[in-house]
Amino acid sequence: MSTHALRRPGRSAVKTRHTDGSVGLWVFIGVATSLFSLFILAYGMRMTGADWASIALPWQLWLSTALLVAGSVALQAAASAARGDRWDRARRWLLVGGAAASAFLGVQLWAWQVLQAAQVLPSGNPSASFFYLLTAMHGLHVMGGLLGWSLTAHGAWPLAEPARAAQRIRLCARYWHFLLAVWLVLFATFAGLTPTVVAWVCGPLGITR
Amino acid sequence: MSTPVDKILPADAAVDHGHAPQSFLTRYVWSQDHKVIAVQYSCIAIFTGLVGLVLSDLMRLQLGFPGRFAFIDAAHYYQFVTMHGMIMVIYLLTALFLGGFGNYLIPLMVGARDMAFPYLNMLSVWVFLVAVIVLMASFFAPGGPTGGGWTLYPPQVITSGTPGFEWGIILMLVSLLIFIVATTMGGLNYVTTVLQLRCEGMTLMRMPLSVWGIFVATILALLAFPALFVSGVMLLLDKTLGSSFFMPAMISMGQATNYKGGSPLLFQHLFWFFGHPEVYIIALPAFGVVSDLISVHARKSIFGYRMMVWAILAIGVLSVVVWAHHMFVSGMNLYFGFFFATTTLIIAVPTAIKVYNWLLTLWRGDIHLSVPMLFALAFICTFINGGLTGLFLGNVSVDVPLSGTYFVVAHFHMVMAVSPILVVFGGIYHWYPLVTGRLLDDRIGKLHFWITFIGTYAIYFPMHYLGILGMPRRYYAYEGYQFIPASAQSLNTFITIVALIVGVGQLLFIANLIWSYFHGERADSNPWRAASLEWQTGHTPPVHLNWGAKLPVVHRWAYAYSVPGAPQDFIAQNAPPQAGGDEPEQGALRKEHAR
Repeated sequence: MSTHALRRPGRSAVKTRHTDGSVGLWVFIGVATSLFSLFILAYGMRMTGADWASIALPWQLWLSTALLVAGSVALQAAASAARGDRWDRARRWLLVGGAAASAFLGVQLWAWQVLQAAQVLPSGNPSASFFYLLTAMHGLHVMGGLLGWSLTAHGAWPLAEPARAAQRIRLCARYWHFLLAVWLVLFATFAGLTPTVVAWVCGPLGITR
Repeated sequence: MSTPVDKILPADAAVDHGHAPQSFLTRYVWSQDHKVIAVQYSCIAIFTGLVGLVLSDLMRLQLGFPGRFAFIDAAHYYQFVTMHGMIMVIYLLTALFLGGFGNYLIPLMVGARDMAFPYLNMLSVWVFLVAVIVLMASFFAPGGPTGGGWTLYPPQVITSGTPGFEWGIILMLVSLLIFIVATTMGGLNYVTTVLQLRCEGMTLMRMPLSVWGIFVATILALLAFPALFVSGVMLLLDKTLGSSFFMPAMISMGQATNYKGGSPLLFQHLFWFFGHPEVYIIALPAFGVVSDLISVHARKSIFGYRMMVWAILAIGVLSVVVWAHHMFVSGMNLYFGFFFATTTLIIAVPTAIKVYNWLLTLWRGDIHLSVPMLFALAFICTFINGGLTGLFLGNVSVDVPLSGTYFVVAHFHMVMAVSPILVVFGGIYHWYPLVTGRLLDDRIGKLHFWITFIGTYAIYFPMHYLGILGMPRRYYAYEGYQFIPASAQSLNTFITIVALIVGVGQLLFIANLIWSYFHGERADSNPWRAASLEWQTGHTPPVHLNWGAKLPVVHRWAYAYSVPGAPQDFIAQNAPPQAGGDEPEQGALRKEHAR
């Protein structure tokens, strides 16, 4: 720590580039990353079982992916607009981002319905159990994001503290990007991780069940 | 997140104490003040810990006087064992160190007015209370609490025949999941506060070791608790939905179950990926706190401060790559066993550095045998003893025969039950005046110390011998095992009697807490003449938002004790620069400049 940094005024000597909210969100992203990484590791370890049978993924997942991408782009646009003090535009994109995330949840539920109609049940094959579990966990994180989003929207109508509102939109955008990244990894895992791949990785290491 | 403190915290502007919550509800119940939240966390944790203590005495009654107490049947015994373990590790020690000590000390020690997210902090304690209520509810659920052992291993824990396999395990898992949510909310606060809200001059390398210990333990908790969450959710689904994440195809009570193909080993990996860092989630704050206690009460700067910080970080990193040493007897690839044994033994290096530094801090110190110091010294003895037996068990070939015996019970109780709880006591005796403005009674404190210290040795030392004799742990009754001599029973009776005395002895501590709150000697603002920032607010207890009009400015480390030529034997962290007492590196730098 340079002595220059120590002399900075403010409520904290070390506060330089990041706000508390930003640091808190990074830490939370770390926690959620740990959570999903462990889920995926468990998925990989479990799939080497003899009873594993991959499930056919419903096409709705492509739609939900598109919605999440749209949400992420919209919130990024909202963040840029807010930074440039173009608040009408920022609000519009903020709404689009929230709506896209809500629609994402709806489409995920639709995908669940399709699977259930095909008798792919949470208590059935382990790959189905994992699919329901991981999409539910991701969905819960999206719902948490929507809670944060509604607080952000509350701060943007009416605009009492523009700097604060812009910062919140920026954090929302970052969280939406994270939710998208997690979903892409999950989707890739569902679609691409097979027992053969796991055996290819774990075999040389001598890891067996 | 909107934080009230933010709004009334325009840099160093004068603090209007009119902002302090006025009503009883906002001041003591729905409080966002980290000090109140710390006390709430501590009270809930200590209450839960007392339940855990009673459970341990109940199980000792069976072991000391087998069959004498009709209500302690095998099912109850296993329920007591399970709940005792889980309560002590999670709901007492983790909650007390992070939620109690962390909440109280971090903002005061780094010179902040409160945590970064006070509202989230308040939610954290109330969610923790919900977790405790759900856990306690399992005592009253049909079938009682789970009796599957604190590790909750499937398939046994959710299979008929295990006590509490219906409701007890569900409530336990739900409670753990809620607890993890609470810990995450708290943890986000502790990490952000340390990174963001340190006052001017408080560099990371000037933070007291208590803060370092709690900080690194919190990071560990944030990364490791998700493993418990993952295993908990999946086990819950195996139980409630009938999925087969962990449950293998099996026959229970003569009937084939609907489970198939699950991997119990997967649960063990996930559980211990949480479980071993958990040991350090408890130990690292204890290491930090004990460093501060020793330094203050020996009136000497901590030896090798930087080394201590690096040791904490090294232990933190290593603790996530040793988990499978809990699974040596579960079987694993030979090279994995070698890897995990090696990493386990390597942890002894940074840990030993810490022990040597504590001893070197004491060396030629002005040791005051105050109650906190007695507990700190007792910690060092106990931790060394428990650590040495850890070296035995870290070796696969030694672990395999000892793993199922009382040797392990003795080891982990010495190293991660008694050691940290001694630090908890030491810390409470040390910081009670800060929290309440009154000192704890010294005579009762000493009596409590000796009963606890000698008592715990009398309980756990003999268990090493029982373990080497081959006495298996987890058994309800020991009749009819020819390899266990009759003398083992005498030893068990002795241990039980001591355990009862130690259990009752803790009432002295509770009584002291309550009595001293009303009648204890009033403490001035810095009764131990400590240099660290939490004692420099000018008030005991510190006022709302901790600091008066201006935040403190720090000019040195927290260990400026017995500095030659100084008017007092300590120099506060926020004393003017000319008072001296620089940390060694800063002092060397200054001399360099002068030259």
